[in-house]
Amino acid sequence: MHCGKYIKSQTVKLCIVVLHIDGIRSPLASRCYSHAKVETDEEFDARWVTYFSKPDIDAWELKKGMNTLIGYDLVPEAKILDSALRACRRLNDLASAIRILEAVKDKSGPHKDIYPYLIQELQPTLIELGISTPEDLGMDKL
Amino acid sequence: MLATRALSLVGKRAISTSICLRGGHGVAKVDDYNPLPDVQFVTELSAVQKSLKEKEKGSWATLSNEEKIALYRISFKQSFAEMNEGTKEWKSVIAGMFFFIGMTGLVVLWQRKFVYGPVPPTFESEWKEKEVQRMLDMRINPVEGFSAKWDYENKEWKK
Repeated sequence: MHCGKYIKSQTVKLCIVVLHIDGIRSPLASRCYSHAKVETDEEFDARWVTYFSKPDIDAWELKKGMNTLIGYDLVPEAKILDSALRACRRLNDLASAIRILEAVKDKSGPHKDIYPYLIQELQPTLIELGISTPEDLGMDKL
Repeated sequence: MLATRALSLVGKRAISTSICLRGGHGVAKVDDYNPLPDVQFVTELSAVQKSLKEKEKGSWATLSNEEKIALYRISFKQSFAEMNEGTKEWKSVIAGMFFFIGMTGLVVLWQRKFVYGPVPPTFESEWKEKEVQRMLDMRINPVEGFSAKWDYENKEWKK
């Protein structure tokens, strides 16, 4: 499971950030950090884009991937979502595509500017694949 | 490939992660917050729904909004908006609160009338006036407290 490894690397990253804010340049060896390799944001994104880009991805893998991704303490980048939406297209699953957009909006929580930004970034893909946003369908209202 | 598709729930991966194993539908722990559930909501498709599913294999741009919503409803019971909707329970709670506070108020009034005896004479205004005068005469707290606020020259409270 990637989950545990990611959470650990997040903690390590947080400590590193605090280190630099202090301006103290003590070497890592003097702190009690794990020596595991920290995955960068780019590596994380690339891994997930690759996951969803698998040409013969099946429905279970899509669900598992999305559920895991939504379980993380982050809002996925536009390129990961783009890859996931294209996976939905390969699986002929429009409902999941719309659901992914809903989930991402829900995931943003109080940060209301994330979702419009993502929709803006995904607009070419949405138009290309013919995916309507939940707002277009009136599904964001009750 | 066809076999795994047909038996997608019986397949090993699905069972190990399926909610059925952990307690059946309706388990509401946070780690079960899965936007894409294992089982689609409508398991038996009507003829209309089946033809819609066929249409889904083509270009999605040709689908009308109603068709897209119909496809969504086949897979999912509730939209996120419906799922996150609060209940109106808080109104009952507030109403209940006011009701019981009101009941308590009635009980208190009844008690005052029927349970408690009369209040001591020391609360009468005539008594209180004499009490205040006595305190002033005794110079109670003359520096910063009670008598300090009384103007002894003009026989009134200081402004």
